[in-house]
Amino acid sequence: MKIQVLGTGCDKCDRLYENTCKAVQLLGLDTDVEKIEDLMEIVKSGIMTTPAVAVNGEAVIRNRVPSPSDIAELIRKKL
Amino acid sequence: MQSFWTFFQRELLGMAWLDRLMGHLVAFIGLDPGSPLGGSIRFFLYDSAKIMVLLGILIFFISWIQSYFPPERTKKILARFHGLGARTMAALLGTVTPFCSCSSIPLFIGFTGAGLPLGVTFSFLISSPMVDLASLMLLMSIFGWKTAAVYVLLGLVIAVICGSAIEHLQLEDQVEDFIRRIPSADDAPERLTHRDRRNFACEQVAFTAKKVYPYVLTGVGIGAIIHNWIPAEFIQKLLGTGNPMGVVLATAAGIPMYADIFGTIPIAQALLAKGARLGVVLSFMMAVTTLSLPALVMLRKAVKPKLLAIFTLMCTVGIILVGYLFNFIQFLLI
Repeated sequence: MKIQVLGTGCDKCDRLYENTCKAVQLLGLDTDVEKIEDLMEIVKSGIMTTPAVAVNGEAVIRNRVPSPSDIAELIRKKL
Repeated sequence: MQSFWTFFQRELLGMAWLDRLMGHLVAFIGLDPGSPLGGSIRFFLYDSAKIMVLLGILIFFISWIQSYFPPERTKKILARFHGLGARTMAALLGTVTPFCSCSSIPLFIGFTGAGLPLGVTFSFLISSPMVDLASLMLLMSIFGWKTAAVYVLLGLVIAVICGSAIEHLQLEDQVEDFIRRIPSADDAPERLTHRDRRNFACEQVAFTAKKVYPYVLTGVGIGAIIHNWIPAEFIQKLLGTGNPMGVVLATAAGIPMYADIFGTIPIAQALLAKGARLGVVLSFMMAVTTLSLPALVMLRKAVKPKLLAIFTLMCTVGIILVGYLFNFIQFLLI
């Protein structure tokens, strides 16, 4: 399972990254959360608004910073 | 009905009650609210409190509406329209799609990749920062609904005309090559629940307040100085009926500046109270919000210098013309 946080490094992106890491812990998953800050990488995925979270290359969150438990719920659906 | 509307505009949106309260507060600490110092403090307290409260309420409701229009959806809607219709829709959707200059590159790539014509993308890029729901409500609270309505209408007209001109000049080769090379990925918008939207709106309020409060405080500070220390004759001579070049001057001063519309409003309000003409004040606001050095630097990454220059020039001319038009019809609006 591949979990990525995409964002160019703004304040919101950092918070989304933290919350996503917490969500992964909540789920007890043994995966690292990858942080993608390169603009070209981000736009290649078709995402137009950052920050975003992608699970296995598919965006599940865009332009918002949900709580760790909400993120965990969205990841669980993709397990 | 008329009195309700006046009450809504003056007391609810304009928060005249807060001004009276701050007047009493200044008098309470032993300063004369009519003196320059007391007046500055009163203006500063009233205006910064008012703008931050309005900002909180407005951003909450606006973010709620915006959560229905993510750029991915806007892109899909726009693909269904053609020609002038597409550019008009782009300008209209620009008012409800959340956007800041920092996301202009992904957006540019997304639009171009989806095969949208260049003119449509530019109509969107112009309308989005210049005319949004927050500025409409704020303008209403300060200048009244007529001015707000005309401002929005003219903003949309500029966006459509500039987009159309860019389209007809056939500048497709002026887009940086890497943007064309990126394949268009289709990304379906997420499904959000009401709770998600509410949380998003709260998040946006906190985020926006944190981002814009330095601009608001600076703007209100400058406003307070203009309001109480700079003589009205000076402003009138420079930016009032005394100077036919006032609009050009205000536009030139506004372009390089980067501030939020929330920061420009107190300055605009103070200038107007001191006898600056409406068109001068509004062209300053349009210039600050639409064109700024950071936004142009960002856009330069996506387009070549020639297109960037054409875009800047067209926006500038558009803003100046709108300024003169507002001066001309000021007597009808205020």
